[in-house]
Amino acid sequence: MKEISLNILDIAKNSTKAGASLTQIILEETDSALTLVIEDNGCGMSEETLKGVCDPFYTTRTTRKVGMGIPLLKLSAEQTQGSFCIESKSEEEFPDDHGTKVTAVFNKNHIDYTPLGDVVFSVTTLIQGDPQVDFLFIHRTPKGEVSLDTRDLKAQLGSEISLGEYEIIMWITEYLREQYEAIGY
Amino acid sequence: MKSLAELQAIKAKMQNKVALREGSGDMRVVVGMATCGIAAGARPVLSAFVEEVAKADLTSKVTVSQTGCIGICQFEPVVEVYEADKEKVTYVKMTAEKAKRVVEEHIKGGKVVTEYTFAAENA
Repeated sequence: MKEISLNILDIAKNSTKAGASLTQIILEETDSALTLVIEDNGCGMSEETLKGVCDPFYTTRTTRKVGMGIPLLKLSAEQTQGSFCIESKSEEEFPDDHGTKVTAVFNKNHIDYTPLGDVVFSVTTLIQGDPQVDFLFIHRTPKGEVSLDTRDLKAQLGSEISLGEYEIIMWITEYLREQYEAIGY
Repeated sequence: MKSLAELQAIKAKMQNKVALREGSGDMRVVVGMATCGIAAGARPVLSAFVEEVAKADLTSKVTVSQTGCIGICQFEPVVEVYEADKEKVTYVKMTAEKAKRVVEEHIKGGKVVTEYTFAAENA
């Protein structure tokens, strides 16, 4: 992946595939580090499945939700001397509190750091792909914070207008880009 | 600065348009957006289709959606076009530029851009 934002797009799609109604994408950035957390309330994974997800050769055709995505994100974090962690609670074992949380820490000053890239583009692509589910996006930077909660948008739009409509996607793009401009990111 | 309240105005403007769209969907454009597709550049391809279809005012007829791995990862970004009573067309190694041409010639004009298809690539 050429940009971390592409890893974000890829990994967050696993959350909607896992049936999550809410996927949170939180970026915490300092001058030297970038911490990415993707957390969902989807069906989660058993301990056995969880052990296998970091192994690219674990995938079989019957467990398609596990593939190259997680190993690629893990690699891009670890190649910067950062860290990677994935935790999950399966719906079977934890019927009231289930989901998956992926945390990747990147050392921004490392030579092998992949730039974050166009994260707005990834957020809008996620919304276009699954407009019925909700996304919370927060990017905290040393200069300020950028955020979007699709639940707030739906409160304004009601149920008859999908967030996937071109006009809405364009509005969200501008809404986020303006926030980045305002903090001088 | 944009405010969430602006969405109310957009909603009012769109309501008529969306009402017209009921019972539509003669044509479906499906973009492969699994790890393989994303790594190969599917994100701008998808967005080009969404944009061009909207600009051509075809949203009542054409839906653009995302799917997982189509199974020919080495040909990503892959785009499939489904149309009622017609054979599925598979476009391979797509770019945003190629997407524009597909909307213009195939989606609007009804003529498949043969040179971008899987069949042409594999010939």
